[in-house]
Amino acid sequence: MIHFDKVTKIYYDGAPPAVEDVTLSVDPGEFVSVVGHSGAGKTTLLKMLFAEVLPTEGSVYFGSREIPKLSSRELLLLRRNIGTVFQDFRLIPTKNVYENIAFALEVAGKSDEDIQADVPHVLELVGLADKIWSFPHELSGGEQQRIAIARAIVNQPEVLIADEPTGNLDPINAHDVVEILKKINDLGTTVLLTTHNKGIVDAIGRRVVTMDQGRVVRDEKKGKYVI
Amino acid sequence: MSFWTNMKRVARYGVAGFVRNGFVSLAAVLIMSITLFVIAGLMLAGAALQSTLTDLTNKVDVTVYFLTSAEEEKIMDTKRALEALPEVALVTYVSREQALSDFRERHKNDQPILSALDELGENPLGASLEIRAKETSQYGSIAAYLDSQQQSGTETGKTIDRINYYQNKTAIERLGSIIDTSRTLGYTIAAVLALASVLIAFNTIRLAIYTARDEIGVMNIVGAGRWYVRGPFMIAGVLYGVVSAIIVLLLLYPVTIWIGPGSERFLGSFNVFTYFTDMFPLFFLVITGAGILLGAVSSYLAVRRYLRS
Repeated sequence: MIHFDKVTKIYYDGAPPAVEDVTLSVDPGEFVSVVGHSGAGKTTLLKMLFAEVLPTEGSVYFGSREIPKLSSRELLLLRRNIGTVFQDFRLIPTKNVYENIAFALEVAGKSDEDIQADVPHVLELVGLADKIWSFPHELSGGEQQRIAIARAIVNQPEVLIADEPTGNLDPINAHDVVEILKKINDLGTTVLLTTHNKGIVDAIGRRVVTMDQGRVVRDEKKGKYVI
Repeated sequence: MSFWTNMKRVARYGVAGFVRNGFVSLAAVLIMSITLFVIAGLMLAGAALQSTLTDLTNKVDVTVYFLTSAEEEKIMDTKRALEALPEVALVTYVSREQALSDFRERHKNDQPILSALDELGENPLGASLEIRAKETSQYGSIAAYLDSQQQSGTETGKTIDRINYYQNKTAIERLGSIIDTSRTLGYTIAAVLALASVLIAFNTIRLAIYTARDEIGVMNIVGAGRWYVRGPFMIAGVLYGVVSAIIVLLLLYPVTIWIGPGSERFLGSFNVFTYFTDMFPLFFLVITGAGILLGAVSSYLAVRRYLRS
């Protein structure tokens, strides 16, 4: 489903490669944790999936589509099919919870009726149905991250990319977030997670890809966090 | 999804963004009000300058005085000949009787002169033609034409007593150059001020949108189209313009009332308040139009910076 084909990324001339000669495939429904030190190339690798970063060499495929060659219109459609969650939540501060989530649905062209039905539903899934009219600054970090997850999955994307989603959270909130990600994966969505958190990776007990200095150094079906 | 659903959503978010970013909106509206106020001020100043210059231009004329013996028919021949000249805008005939009554009117409080006139018994004043040229610079050639008529000693030429252009030549030429310089200077200052205030307003809106750059990044990542991202910011920009225009148009009333009488004293016939109220539709169109255009274009350009493919 997702295939990185001998991908190298060099940000500017003379810089060491952020990602070097990575070949990696992810099947539908997998839960893949990508681990490694800061600067190992985890985030760069994932950003290539929604074309925020383009590879210097090699290519990235989503199904039969070659991502770097998509037109801007095709890219919009692709992004609506990939949910993204970041360490810093990236909610829109001037919109309340309902509008933040509705925005992703509106962009995908859903009708007002569908939006009114889907938003409360997805909020229930992340356990925040009572915060629907709150603004991001009125929520805790854990709550903001759960809203960000709700926004990422409300369009029922095929893939959810979670880039250090627990980086700013305390252990309890981090645990809750990972439980939600597992639940989403159980419902059929492919999940790609990057993290530093050994406890979380070990608890998930699924496929672990370890990166070091831009290269994949280990890829285990039922892995642990080993660096 | 229909076009109208999209438009409705974009408009709703535009208005919500304007209201919720209250402080940023307030700053943008204030700066834009100053810009629009400068534009309105330039319009008023331009009209005042134009009116003053027109007044001055109208005060300049060349008068041909005829001998008291000149027959009215000959004078009319000269008048027709002058009117045929391309430089001439208007020729006014002042008869001997008219000249006398004007003279009496002018000196009505000067008893010795009036009694001297009565003593004389007959009308000592000749008829005259007041000639107004289209441009101040054309008086020279009109005077030269009349001069040649007089010199060549034609029937009509003989009736001319004197031409007052040569007494006023220096004053007319200097006034002409002052009028030209004022006009050029006025337009230049207006252009520089307008450009500066437009740039300030543009920069303020750019700063307002700079505060929303992360928001634009998020919109990109969830797959929002360019116009879907841009739209709400442009609506907010248009709202800045409309609100600022309303503020400026409302403020112009008390301000022009206040400076109206002063402007009339200082500039002669030009009253700023009367001009503003007479030309209100023009002010409304220019100020509101400039506000809307400035808001929309600034927002468009500012968002473009943060939009990625």
